Amino acid sequence: MLKRTPLFEAHVGLGARIVEFGGWEMPIQYSGILDEHHAVRTAAGLFDISHMGEVFVSGPAAEEFLNGVLTNDLRKLVPGQGQYTLMCRPHGGVIDDLFAYRIGAVDFLLIVNASRADVDMAWLTARLLEFPRRSEVQLTNASDRLSAVALQGPRVSEFVDDVFPGPFEHSGSLSSRPTEMKRNRISVFSYGGTPVWFARTGYTGEDGFEIVAPNALVVELWQRLLAVGKSHGLKPCGLGARDTLRTEMCFPLYGQELNEEWSPIEAGLDVFVALDQKEFQGSEHMLKQRTAGLRRRLVALRLLEKGAPPPRPHYSVWGEGGDGVRLGETTSGTLSPSLGVGIGMAYLPVAHAEPGTRVYLEIRGKRYAAEVTKKPLYRRPAATGAAKAV
Amino acid sequence: MSNVPSELRYAKSHEWVRSGGELAEIGITDHAQHELTDVVFVELPVVGRKVKAGEVCAVVESVKTASDIYSPISGEVVAVNGALPSQPSLVNTAPYGEGWFFKVRPSAPAEVSALLTADQYRAQIGG
Repeated sequence: MLKRTPLFEAHVGLGARIVEFGGWEMPIQYSGILDEHHAVRTAAGLFDISHMGEVFVSGPAAEEFLNGVLTNDLRKLVPGQGQYTLMCRPHGGVIDDLFAYRIGAVDFLLIVNASRADVDMAWLTARLLEFPRRSEVQLTNASDRLSAVALQGPRVSEFVDDVFPGPFEHSGSLSSRPTEMKRNRISVFSYGGTPVWFARTGYTGEDGFEIVAPNALVVELWQRLLAVGKSHGLKPCGLGARDTLRTEMCFPLYGQELNEEWSPIEAGLDVFVALDQKEFQGSEHMLKQRTAGLRRRLVALRLLEKGAPPPRPHYSVWGEGGDGVRLGETTSGTLSPSLGVGIGMAYLPVAHAEPGTRVYLEIRGKRYAAEVTKKPLYRRPAATGAAKAV
Repeated sequence: MSNVPSELRYAKSHEWVRSGGELAEIGITDHAQHELTDVVFVELPVVGRKVKAGEVCAVVESVKTASDIYSPISGEVVAVNGALPSQPSLVNTAPYGEGWFFKVRPSAPAEVSALLTADQYRAQIGG
């Protein structure tokens, strides 16, 4: 039985097409993937991400416990700060990728993937049983009572403060309004007297917020954001645009770039793996990988020919030359709406993983030239100083 | 609701045929383009290819999916829509006009009368 978020009826009312994703019935698009993609790149988009899981970990030993199971170093976080991190098995395979926020001195909020929430909870529960200070840690899965939306795009900051006029009383929020928050910060704001979590982060490469609210509040919050944001170009956006946006940024998607086969090191996520700072589940294996050198690495690919068909997951990648060797296959692939050319990602042998390397994508029996490209594939025009002519 | 012009004939697989003269023009229906969503790529058959009714002879891709297009009738491909590779969105904006796919010289003209009428196709798509 597929699950539905509290926003399901709202999506249907907006004319969304609904698909199955990670055990949930979710909107894939409303007005169209290209239209929604461009809305997020140039104005604003609102996504239902209520399917994602929320896990609270609290107590005097919460930091020590989590630092033993997550790859990034939580000790770096001050209250109100978050970080991207991963949870791995001893052999280095990824159980999930997630965001961990320190919401209090000894309180953490983990935002995990919908399809992995149950696996994550089982793993955390089992590790906690082995943890010596387990009586000083409380693990709570709040996924069933919390919903979330992502508000993303360069014009979000024009109207978000109008909807959330101030901090929630007694929350100890450091920011008086959402737009004062820095990247990767989390704060509690009041929505009609109800506390709502605000994190300045996202999965699109644009400025924005992920907003976590109680189930009972999210429909009203969604409608209000759409109404207030409309004159700023805000559009409801589905999983289709979420996928093209994150692929342009080379953000991994669990189940495609990440699974229990590849380690975060192979996925190129070294910067989120504190190998030199601490020991954690999988660190021994990852240290060996780093010392011995990798055999494969996740790379970004870009087709050279504009008229080529869009790449998709599981397309073969070939080496140079007509009878070149099969190097691997794509994990993700799409037409890049921003660049107007096919893009994707693939695990390739390190000898073929350097930016600039020519490879070929096989699409319906024909090979199309592609180039290994530096990540991310898309850069915001402001970040590069000038829009690239592509 | 989808536009289903009454002068055309239709295949169950959502292609239309405009026949009358020596050549038959083929494309995909308004309903099909709507279901596909934004068309971003079209692969057409080569001119001169002999196609059979029901044979895969083109591919149309949206952002999310690739779909095969079948020739509703048998014959030789004598022309393809050269505008589509650079402007695939014509399939969305003008499915019965500038978004046509290819033209064939039918080898079995009777096949056309075995295709669905507009009313029958409308009934199939429930609208």
